[in-house]
Amino acid sequence: MNYKQISSPQIHKRQSTDRIMQLVLIATLPGALILSYQFGWGVLLNLFISTLTCIVTEALVLKLRHRPINIHLGDYSAVVTAVLLGLALPPLVPWWVVVTAAIFSILIAKQLYGGLGSNPFNPAMVGYVVVLISFPVEMTTWVTPISLLPQGVSHPGLWDSGMIVFAGSVPIDGITGATPLDLFKHSKGLMVEQIYNSNRLFDNASIAGVGWEWANVAFLIGGLALLKARIFTWHGPVGMLGSLTLMSMLFWDAGSSSSPGSPLMHLFSGASMLGAFFIITDPVSSATSNRGRLIYGALIGLLIYIIRAWGSYPDAVAFAVLLGNFAAPFIDNYTLPRTYGHSQRRRATAKETDKNV
Amino acid sequence: MRHLWETPGGVHPPDNKAQSQTMSIGQVPLPKTLILPLNSAFDEVAKASVRIGDRVLKGQKIADIQGKLSVAVHASSSGFVTSIEPRTIAHPSGLSTPCIEITTDGEDRWIESKTYPHYQHIDPPKLCDIIAQAGIAGMGGAGFPSAVKLAIDGEKSVDTLIINATECEPYITADDMLIRERAAEIIKGIDVINCALSKPKAVLIGIENNKPDAIKALQEHCKGTQIEVVPVPTKYPSGGEKQLIYILTGKELPSEALPINIGMICLNIATVFAIKRAVIDGQPLISRITTITGQACDINRNYEVLIGTSVEHLLKLNGFNRERCSRLIVGGPMMGFTLSSTNVPVTKTSTCILAVSHQEMPDSSPPQPCIRCGLCAEVCPASLLPQQLYWYAKAADHERLQAHHLFDCIECGACSYVCPSKIPLVQHYRGSKGDILTARAEKTMASKARERFESRAVRLEKIDSQRETKRESRKLTSNNAEQQRVSGKPPLTTSAEDIIKAAQLRVQTKKISPEKQKAKLERTLIAAQIRLEEAQQRLADVLESGTVDQQTQHKATLEGAKQKVDKTQQRLAKIKLQ
Repeated sequence: MNYKQISSPQIHKRQSTDRIMQLVLIATLPGALILSYQFGWGVLLNLFISTLTCIVTEALVLKLRHRPINIHLGDYSAVVTAVLLGLALPPLVPWWVVVTAAIFSILIAKQLYGGLGSNPFNPAMVGYVVVLISFPVEMTTWVTPISLLPQGVSHPGLWDSGMIVFAGSVPIDGITGATPLDLFKHSKGLMVEQIYNSNRLFDNASIAGVGWEWANVAFLIGGLALLKARIFTWHGPVGMLGSLTLMSMLFWDAGSSSSPGSPLMHLFSGASMLGAFFIITDPVSSATSNRGRLIYGALIGLLIYIIRAWGSYPDAVAFAVLLGNFAAPFIDNYTLPRTYGHSQRRRATAKETDKNV
Repeated sequence: MRHLWETPGGVHPPDNKAQSQTMSIGQVPLPKTLILPLNSAFDEVAKASVRIGDRVLKGQKIADIQGKLSVAVHASSSGFVTSIEPRTIAHPSGLSTPCIEITTDGEDRWIESKTYPHYQHIDPPKLCDIIAQAGIAGMGGAGFPSAVKLAIDGEKSVDTLIINATECEPYITADDMLIRERAAEIIKGIDVINCALSKPKAVLIGIENNKPDAIKALQEHCKGTQIEVVPVPTKYPSGGEKQLIYILTGKELPSEALPINIGMICLNIATVFAIKRAVIDGQPLISRITTITGQACDINRNYEVLIGTSVEHLLKLNGFNRERCSRLIVGGPMMGFTLSSTNVPVTKTSTCILAVSHQEMPDSSPPQPCIRCGLCAEVCPASLLPQQLYWYAKAADHERLQAHHLFDCIECGACSYVCPSKIPLVQHYRGSKGDILTARAEKTMASKARERFESRAVRLEKIDSQRETKRESRKLTSNNAEQQRVSGKPPLTTSAEDIIKAAQLRVQTKKISPEKQKAKLERTLIAAQIRLEEAQQRLADVLESGTVDQQTQHKATLEGAKQKVDKTQQRLAKIKLQ
């Protein structure tokens, strides 16, 4: 009997794609818990519906494509997409919004391009943007954070939340309201100071509105843990948060009535931290070299600020990420690292005949 | 302390070196047969200088160098030549190459050989020749003929000699044990090389700091010499030639250049030892230190192994268990290749025989899709983007592969080692390199064939036109003679006027006979078409079962035939228009 023929190297590090995905899931836990505490059962219902839909869709498409279902479902990539989508969607949004977004994510944005590793766009963000454009009313209604609920009012329980999500019952008054980014968008003519003073959203919070700032801190912690575990490098997040900070400093305008808000406000509101550590770090759809990822992150940070400050949507992470995805292959062409033994970097589009590049 | 530079990337696989270092270097009982491969690592075959039935002595040269990159072969023990034929050897391709088989007589009797204890007084070219005749080739794995490296032509000079003792591959301890036990001889070997290189300015021994005993031994013996022992941080692949040069000197070897281009020479430490034995003791390269290790062997140890000893013989000696063994590797686990059978001989480049158990290296799971996580790019010592190379290798996009510097990949395997999706990246790169090289060779051959064809066509046309001219002039002469006979006029004189007239007439005949020309061209066309059909048929035959060479040749013939048909058709069309 002959011995097995295997190409070198013969040994492999104990790191697997499944494990990376699992770690990402674990790292979203702090953020998910804070969101659930602040905004009630709606968050968990979103996660549940989205995960279920994503897994079922993935399994069905894999079956249609004659791919081994167990192996591909076992890589947890569909669950990661589902969780990121569930966290991004507003709590207590009707179930069909979540289902639509989830199906779009997996079917259109991922599997139709060839499945894991072949999708040019971030699947969760594609799903999110589709429902944001299609159902603007449902998607812009946010639940009021727990500490700001009127006296005697609390978030609906599990049963009532279920009724709202699945049966379309109308939630009682007072549990929905504007988000801090909404406020900044629609408070033209007020100084930043006045916005902070006049709105209860900022009563117990000095930065970016109660509820949101804590959720962002939680995502930051989860993200730093992933960074420490070397799941991704610092380049993407630093690029994005850096350019977001830089832009908000440039246009801070000392808190005048035309100021779009302080750097800290922008860093800790909306989906800033979720985006910086969980969305733009999706390696499949991002630029691929370290330098490329720095530029890619910075581009997204820039776009986030531009859309937040001067666009018509209050938050912009999803749009900015998709535009960044478009730019990623282009960035890749110009950000090859300098190879050992070559005096210069090279363009990826260089021909063999261009000997001097 | 010498300043060290840090290479990018690198990995730290478990080193697994301790298990083979519990015992000193062992001796192997003389095997019954020795199989000595004639080809070098660069596939140039040495010319056998013995015949079947010849009696040979230990150390006797049995094959001579022919071609620059072939290596002389010596009998590793005394006995009889029993066969000269292709055999399977320990080579990644698993192909068989010409080998000399010696049946040993058990006497192990040395041939009388010339020693050079006063090597200091020998000219460098002569020293290089002694080294070449001793059959010495790089023993770190690449097997490059050492004499070729050391023979510096007049314009170049060596200012740094780097001795590679890093041994960065896990499991292998052959160099480590060699240094511990024979450091004095190694230092003498360095001195011999110094003489061959006319005393370079600096001599550096790069050794990974996970070998404290070996470092100590070297340092002790280097006292009072210009040799500097430089411990380098343990990180795979610091033993790569390019990497070690950078770590020690901060200089990068330009792409596609050799160390000598930047005034350096790199030699493996076991090669240095072999050079010492060859020059000072007159012993050619007939044995090497090889590590036999892995959990499928009861004993893990280093041995001084005669070149040509079968792997089977060595494994038996170490309590090898076939059932326990998941695969058999020659070299280290990062760059080594697997053997399909144990019936192959140890060669000059066999650093290690690694027989691993199923627990040690379980069968890997099937590869998953690449998620471009970039871990591979972080560990690449050449700062390549393995994830992009993989993408373009799958797409067979040769242009992009070269733009991404595929040929600067040293195939160290760090990328595959860390890949979470378990993609055999290096295998893809090797495949692509082969494809690109084949395509390049084919292109050169095709363009050469085209040149040949075109110059032949020009030549034929020239001959044709010359013939035509002759024919016309002959015709003219005979016409004149005919006219003269009929009319009774005196023959035309050959005055200048007449010659001009004749020439004009020739031109005219040519011009006014389109029918003739057409008929001729039509004949040519038919012939060309027949040739085209034949060429197509032949090409189809070789495409099914023919070598690449044949295919290329026939493709070129077909191309030629096509061109001929096209050309004739064009000319025919032109005539028809007139």
